[in-house]
Amino acid sequence: MQHIGLLSVVIWLPVLGGLVTLGLGEQRARMARWAALVSALLTLACCVRLYAGFTGGTAEFQFTERLAWIPALSSQYDLGVDGISLPLILLTAFMTVPVIIAGWTVVEKRPAQYYAAFLIMEGLMIGVFSARDALLFYFFWEAMLIPMFVIIGVWGGPRRVYATLKFFLYTFLGSVLMLVALVYMYLKAGDYSIASLQQLPLTLAEQRWIFLAFLLAFAVKVPMWPVHTWLPDAHVEAPTGGSVILAAIMLKMGGYGLLRFSLPITPDASRELDWLIIMLSLIAIIYIAFVALVQQDMKKLIAYSSIAHMGFVTLGAFLVFFIVAATGSPQGAGNGMDGAVVQMISHGLISGALFLCIGVMYDRLHTRDISAYGGVINVMPKFGAFMVLFALANSGLPATSGFIGEFLVILASFKAGFWFALLAASILVTGAAYNLWLVKRVIFGAVANDKVAAMQDLDGREFLVLGVLALAVLAIGIWPAPMLRMMEPSVQHLLQQVLTSKIPGAA
Amino acid sequence: MMSAPLAAGAWSAGSLSLAIPEIALAVSACLILLCDVYFGAGRRGLTATLTMLALTIGVALTSRYGLSLHRALLFNGLYVADPLSGFLKMAGFIAMATAVYYSQDYLQQRGIRGGEYYVLCLSALLGIFVLISANSLLTVYLGIELLSLSLYALVAFDRDSGIAAEAAVKYFVLGAISSGVLLYGMSMLYGLTGTLDLDQLSLAVRHDPDAALIIGVSFVVASIAFKFGAVPFHMWVPDVYQGAPTSVTLYIATVSNLGSFALIVRLLAHGLAGAPAIWTQMLMAVAVLSMLVGNLGAIAQANIKRMLAYSAIANAGFVLLGFSTGDNAGYQAALNFTIAYVLTTLASFGMILILSRKGFEHEQIADFKGLATRDPLLAAMMLALMFSTAGVPPFIGFWAKLWIIQALLGGAHVWLATFAVLVSVIGAFYYLRVVWYMYFEVAGDRIVPEPRRRLRFILLLNTAAVTVMGLLPNALLSLCQRVLP
Repeated sequence: MQHIGLLSVVIWLPVLGGLVTLGLGEQRARMARWAALVSALLTLACCVRLYAGFTGGTAEFQFTERLAWIPALSSQYDLGVDGISLPLILLTAFMTVPVIIAGWTVVEKRPAQYYAAFLIMEGLMIGVFSARDALLFYFFWEAMLIPMFVIIGVWGGPRRVYATLKFFLYTFLGSVLMLVALVYMYLKAGDYSIASLQQLPLTLAEQRWIFLAFLLAFAVKVPMWPVHTWLPDAHVEAPTGGSVILAAIMLKMGGYGLLRFSLPITPDASRELDWLIIMLSLIAIIYIAFVALVQQDMKKLIAYSSIAHMGFVTLGAFLVFFIVAATGSPQGAGNGMDGAVVQMISHGLISGALFLCIGVMYDRLHTRDISAYGGVINVMPKFGAFMVLFALANSGLPATSGFIGEFLVILASFKAGFWFALLAASILVTGAAYNLWLVKRVIFGAVANDKVAAMQDLDGREFLVLGVLALAVLAIGIWPAPMLRMMEPSVQHLLQQVLTSKIPGAA
Repeated sequence: MMSAPLAAGAWSAGSLSLAIPEIALAVSACLILLCDVYFGAGRRGLTATLTMLALTIGVALTSRYGLSLHRALLFNGLYVADPLSGFLKMAGFIAMATAVYYSQDYLQQRGIRGGEYYVLCLSALLGIFVLISANSLLTVYLGIELLSLSLYALVAFDRDSGIAAEAAVKYFVLGAISSGVLLYGMSMLYGLTGTLDLDQLSLAVRHDPDAALIIGVSFVVASIAFKFGAVPFHMWVPDVYQGAPTSVTLYIATVSNLGSFALIVRLLAHGLAGAPAIWTQMLMAVAVLSMLVGNLGAIAQANIKRMLAYSAIANAGFVLLGFSTGDNAGYQAALNFTIAYVLTTLASFGMILILSRKGFEHEQIADFKGLATRDPLLAAMMLALMFSTAGVPPFIGFWAKLWIIQALLGGAHVWLATFAVLVSVIGAFYYLRVVWYMYFEVAGDRIVPEPRRRLRFILLLNTAAVTVMGLLPNALLSLCQRVLP
């Protein structure tokens, strides 16, 4: 395809919208706000068209676009979506709208720049998910750090400078080594197309180094224990919208990278080092869940719960080798990868919703301390209902999306071995513990103090945002089939790639 | 002004036309000096306007006569015209025109109106051009002296400033030593090979290196490292960057960099191409040290000019890394890096110049505090420039670094490439600090910058170039490949 396609529109429309918003400036904040909302909605509409036009049942990339970009480096402007990236793109476009609406009356400091940063970031994130050229991928992957750096730094909490510098340098450090690995492979493969990197034969020693370089980049983004420490800081200091985007989408890039790069490009090293990922995932699931339990700050609690839940994504993605070793066939390994993708989407919706809920409370009381609240449901019944729903979804209640992802991964881990399943399933207990305890302390009980008593229930804008998210969480939880069908061929294709050795000479 | 084309026309029978850029430059420098003496008094901006005119004419003449698609030798092989020389000279004209444009207001506000300023800038550019086209050790030396002497005078141009005088003396003393070292190294090369011609030299050193050759080459490399401001010959850089008037710092940081690039291309990549094993090792050591010292030193700075000086040291390390591969891919990457660096640095210093006022030097990093509220456009531009220098896409600086890394990996220097990207992360910190001050800190009592629409417009164009060439990097990359085949 030679002309500008729908994917390009979805990437560059929000970026353009962001620049227009920026150009309108703070003097015309009202217009800027509307411009931002309109561009976010238009992008979402285009994404709906993307979804409608997507043909299931094939692992082929669709909506492909290919233009010469940097012939000097054999790099192309090459876009396309498959069953793994499309859900993430939909999630990105879907979550940006509530972020913009949620900031509508709340953001008073330089609103035009605030919206512009989010819109530009939306475009770049969609670019990450749709790039089929490794250099283009890296281009979007790094560029996205700039708006996030500004968002946390300008609109964040008291220690925002520390948090945003830590965030930037951590993720920058993680990704530069990936760049070295990509260039190394480019010199062997002759171009940057992800497909040819996936077919490039590599010795085990090379794969090992490349795997570790990728791992650092993706593990920092996921984030996996022990390189997770930037996340709680960034979350606590980020404004509500920043937390939502961070948790809902940016963390997914790490998981996406593992599925798109690590597994298919270095399958043999993945097989050799899968114990490392699985160990780190289980530590995240078990240990970080306990860390979440003791948090005093609501945002920190959800941030730690995010790390634990992302542990399921990495666990599900890398169980395949243990399953093959234990049962002799890859049957059931698909469940783990399905679970990983579903968990990413579901966690995106749920954690985003929870951060929005905390934002709602923060806007009224200007504190995130759990101890400052209590009995909120008495004064905010509508809000209480939403908060309880999302907290339960976060602990994996059946009929919510949180259940599907965790269930699929636990199912797969049973195939790999009883102990994996037991350890992974511990989150059903610990997750329930920190979520329910949070709800008990904040939402239920007697009204804690006069400030809580004076809280107003949700207004129409907030109700709309949380309502839409609740619908999405329930829809995926009750009827996950469309999503699973969409990703199934791509997951099977990935599974095949993972199980085929790339060591030259090996069969 | 008109005498330049006339002069060329008179000699056009020979192949002299390829030397038109230098001839035009020399003639216009003389004419401007005369004009300034006779008509300059009371006419502010006359010399600046004439200089811009001379540079425009220079660009026109160079594009007509000075570009050579093949390698051509002039003046008994002392002078070479090849695609690279045409490209670098065009870049030199454009960079200097931009620098002059940024500096005009600044110089007027500080009462630096002497026409000599512009004449010295032109003669420094002439020195750079001579370096660019040098094909003999003598021509190299001639170019480097012309450039350096002009720069010493420029650094001391603000004669009432003690710090500028101090910087000039440091620069002069160290520069004179460096010139001596270069001459000594050249004399050893001459003694060993019996030739000053770079073509012949590259053939003559094509044998097993002996101790004398190694010593001779190390003197040459030391002097090149001095010119680049690379460790351990970097001591002058921070003092000169900080002490010189900002417009001169701008010149040294950008236009003069093209000269350093030409120097290393002609001397090492061409003249000593026969013995790369000797100097690539030295360059690696110098580059690694420069990147470490530059990036770590920059963290501690509170003065933005001094910070950019350390950043220049670190970036010199990157250019030298490109050369340390000893192959064409590395040279192309280094050329691309130099152009990208010059383009970005022009705008960074342009930003300092536009923010300075009469009686106020905008040179502390803290002066940037709250710029995002005082002047969102300038802040956004500075943000782009800082991220570009840090090597973050979508800006030109990313591709510059990427290409160097690719050249290193192509030469199987995996550890050097890894080192380079890791120190870039350290480097990111101090560029981010400028963004932090602009965006995250409150303005306090600092005033809104003056509008200065024309200057702002050029600065905007410059930043747009940094961004557009970051989004579509192919043009510059393939140009670099073509001029250094």
